[in-house]
Amino acid sequence: MKNLVILGAGTAGTMMANHLVSKLPKKEWQITIVDQYKTHYYQPGFLFLPFDIYTEDQVKKVGKKFIPNGVNYIQKKIEQIFPKDNKVQLEDETLKYDILIVATGCKIAPQETEGMKGENWHKTVFDFYTFEGSLALRNKLRDWKGGKMVVHFTEMPIKCPVAPLEFVFLADSYFTKKGMRDKVDLTYVTPLGGAFTKPKATAALSHLMKEKNIKVVTDFNIESVDNEKNQIVDYGNTTVDFDLLVTVPTNMGDEVIERSGMGDDLNFVPTHHNTLQSIDYENVFVIGDATNIPASKAGSVAHFAAETLTDNILLYIDGKPLKEEFDGHANCFIETGNNKALLIDFNYKYEPLEGTFPIAGIGPLKLLKESIFNHWGKLAFRWIYWNMLLKGIAIPMVSRNMSLKGKKIN
Amino acid sequence: MDLNIAGIRLDVTEDGYLTDLSQWNKEIAVEIAKENGIELTDKHWEVLYWIQDQVKNDVALSVRGIKKSGVIDIKEFYELFPGGPLKISTKIAGVPKPKSCI
Repeated sequence: MKNLVILGAGTAGTMMANHLVSKLPKKEWQITIVDQYKTHYYQPGFLFLPFDIYTEDQVKKVGKKFIPNGVNYIQKKIEQIFPKDNKVQLEDETLKYDILIVATGCKIAPQETEGMKGENWHKTVFDFYTFEGSLALRNKLRDWKGGKMVVHFTEMPIKCPVAPLEFVFLADSYFTKKGMRDKVDLTYVTPLGGAFTKPKATAALSHLMKEKNIKVVTDFNIESVDNEKNQIVDYGNTTVDFDLLVTVPTNMGDEVIERSGMGDDLNFVPTHHNTLQSIDYENVFVIGDATNIPASKAGSVAHFAAETLTDNILLYIDGKPLKEEFDGHANCFIETGNNKALLIDFNYKYEPLEGTFPIAGIGPLKLLKESIFNHWGKLAFRWIYWNMLLKGIAIPMVSRNMSLKGKKIN
Repeated sequence: MDLNIAGIRLDVTEDGYLTDLSQWNKEIAVEIAKENGIELTDKHWEVLYWIQDQVKNDVALSVRGIKKSGVIDIKEFYELFPGGPLKISTKIAGVPKPKSCI
């Protein structure tokens, strides 16, 4: 009996378990998945929870429900991976593997910025990338009387890079509906050169910030949060005052990657961009937010990558060359407030372009343009996530590799 | 888009960043630096080569990364490339500026 071990039962790990259980012969392969946490969170919902659009129950379920029969599920902490010895040390047992899939994701590291996780953490300084942070922020916003709200991210790469922008758009809508928009001063602070950084998106979307009266501070590289003065301070000594700071801290891969000596400076695992095989060990594959591939850290990317990785695991078992197929495909809805959303579809090579999706010339979804239909798409996505994506079911008409059909290249 | 610097035709983005690092050379770096009001010193070169190495190794660039680089401290980084050090240093190094997905 051979062993395939998946580390992490989040979006990517769960999808791989579902793909592989029907593909690997049961008499020859035992599939095991390990995750220390019981709860599977619908992370895109953390964007909606603060604004009372989703309830707590809509963003979490028991993870085990999504692990298929026939897969051995172990709820334990992973202590260390020993890739040279093909084994993984859990809290009280050792697993041997023939093939390892690392899907340990990434998470916020507020401790990387001085003062961020200080005395005001979850009082006036909030994250919304964790269930706890998002929920604390909801409770704060319910009776917040207004003032300076600063929405900020620390540095790239972050999970779902558009989420801070969506947050500021939804905040504008939320305060408008509450009849208190005039009492809130909204500022978006980014370490990058602009709120938008790709030429087509900049041209198509820059007007949104102005229309919604959102101030933008660019090239801001945060050094510290000053908990006395309620300011964020940048390395060049510029400051931004806040009454309420909503920040996305540095994102890092799991500590187990660091303990195992398998990651880069941010604990991301060096991974082949197109095969998803780890650079250092041929029987180790990496998927989802745990990789260092230059794709967005997003569920849709993991979904497309999972299809290629499934094929490559089977090819690897047969001793055949791997497909250098994965193109960094991402497909993301972006909430812009007032019940509208954008849709973007892009990959390593092509930036988000305008057009129609998924049917060329028809749509019904519009790329890089606000529409109410796109917003319905985003809300419907929660159902798709729990019922299709996690189960490894392909989304009709949306292929693993990005298609240029329906896109305006120039 | 293309651009002529130091007598060579270069492929660049709309905001003037090289799209192919193999077209880069020291003369080009000196010219781009000049346009940004910077005279390159040994320390500048050390930083530029470090940045190129990071990019070749797929490591995302950030000011915090500079702090851990061992090549330079952040204060010096701001002094060497005033007014947006990452934006300017990446342009001179011939690598893409740090960006997001839209």
